[in-house]
Amino acid sequence: MPSLKSFIPAFAAATLLASVATADDHLVKYEVVDYGIAKSLTGKAGDPAAGEKAFVNRKQGNCLACHQVTKLSAHPFHGEIGPSLDGVAERYEEPQLRLQVVNAKAINPDTIMPAFYRTDGFHRVLKKFKDKTVLTAQQVEDIVAYLKTFK
Amino acid sequence: MKMNWKQVTFVAAACAVCASVFVSSANAADWGQYEVDDRRSGFTYMTDESRAMQVDSFQNPGMIWVEQGAELWTEVNGKAGKSCASCHEDATAAMKGVAARYPVYDEGAKTLQSVETQINHCLENNMQAEPYKWESTEMLSMTSFINNQSLGMPVDVKIDGPAAEWYEKGKAFYYERRGQLDMACKHCHEDNAGGIIRANTLTQGQVNGFPTYRLKWQKVGSIHRRFRGCNKQVRSAPFGYGSDEYLALELYVKWRGRGLPVETPAVRN
Ligand code: HEC
Ligand code: HEC
Ligand code: HEC
Repeated sequence: MPSLKSFIPAFAAATLLASVATADDHLVKYEVVDYGIAKSLTGKAGDPAAGEKAFVNRKQGNCLACHQVTKLSAHPFHGEIGPSLDGVAERYEEPQLRLQVVNAKAINPDTIMPAFYRTDGFHRVLKKFKDKTVLTAQQVEDIVAYLKTFK
Repeated sequence: MKMNWKQVTFVAAACAVCASVFVSSANAADWGQYEVDDRRSGFTYMTDESRAMQVDSFQNPGMIWVEQGAELWTEVNGKAGKSCASCHEDATAAMKGVAARYPVYDEGAKTLQSVETQINHCLENNMQAEPYKWESTEMLSMTSFINNQSLGMPVDVKIDGPAAEWYEKGKAFYYERRGQLDMACKHCHEDNAGGIIRANTLTQGQVNGFPTYRLKWQKVGSIHRRFRGCNKQVRSAPFGYGSDEYLALELYVKWRGRGLPVETPAVRN
């Protein structure tokens, strides 16, 4: 049984959001402006070292499945489905990088790139992953901070 | 040196160690029967070693299942005291063309019949025997044996009449995003065929070689096993073996490979 302490905030949050009920209600809210998300999902800057770990981890970002990154050449098997991310911080600002990771489909609806911080609108998700995001808000921020080092 | 794969097949049969032939043909534009218009068999994306292994029936590890199937063909099974051969006699004649035509709509059973479901239909109704489990050694052996009788024949499935509804259902499945990673079949096998995802070269995801011997599995596997694997890797709940969803998808994907040769048992990574 949940303790009263943990129960009350959860209940309060549920009533607050009841009027805009979507499957993504348990996620941090964000605003998309000019194909970007300006504000950090956690309110803080991410940690690029943690970001590198989440980026290469095959159960988390698994970004190398599709992208090549020269400075990660010690890791084998970089995919070629997406573009090389070398110098990506020179091509995009932080807000655009954040939206690209959070929900690439907001930029290109037909893309193969997964939405790493989204749960709504998915079809037949395996039970184990149901209503879960691929990355946590913290991991998204860490990866964004890491991408900003790609100069 | 430019060679097409019809010629290479002969060379391979004659000389299994002519590795240099395969190296030089890898860049050749002419894939012979393995390419029809923009449709390419998974064969054309494999390594030279896998291709050499497939076309030489002495080296092809999938031939073990074909041979086991040949034995089952003449084995009496079930209360009716019959074997497949009791009715169908010589499989090389009776089963020739089945793999190229299937799945087919069965007017009697009012459903789409794959080779597997047709075999079980005969086991239950014509032999009073237990049906084979989908991914059992018996089923894989029998389907490998039956499909091998159509080796080299062009895929030609019927998608009109009562099959049309199944075809449309399969097509919708193919283009529908699914799973936490939110991808449709088309994102990998249509948009990115030939691309490298991690260590794998994506193919068009054709089904003309099933059951295929997969080096990763170390055995042959059915089309539906492959569909389940492709669903699960995008973190989507798979459908059951022999489900209507997968039968419809099988018909649609088979149609996408129309004209490609039956390759059973194909060898794939
Ligand atoms: C399944 C393949 C796939 C995976 C996995 C993937 N991406 Fe992508 N990504 C793409 C493709 C394809 C594009 C090209 C743009 C498009 O499709 O809209 C892209 C574009 C991008 C871009 C824009 C690059 C540019 O130069 O325009 C960034 C940044 C990016 N991805 C970051 C990531 C990060 C970070 C991860 C891991 C958290 C990741 N991607 C995982 C396929 C993938
Ligand atoms: C008692 C006779 C009988 C036996 C025994 C029998 N079948 Fe059949 N089989 C038929 C008949 C009749 C058909 C055609 C119509 C139908 O019943 O579906 C058929 C159709 C088939 C087809 C489809 C052929 C086509 O051209 O569409 C396959 C495949 C098949 N049988 C496989 C088998 C296998 C494998 C066995 C042994 C496990 C077997 N059958 C045993 C009578 C038999
Ligand atoms: C994330 C990418 C991805 C998605 C999405 C995907 N597959 Fe695959 N599929 C693969 C990979 C990787 C392989 C092994 C290499 C190859 O043959 O492409 C494969 C292999 C196959 C094969 C075997 C091809 C052969 O020649 O033996 C078939 C059939 C297939 N997929 C069908 C499907 C179908 C149908 C769907 C949609 C339900 C699907 N795949 C979705 C990645 C994917």
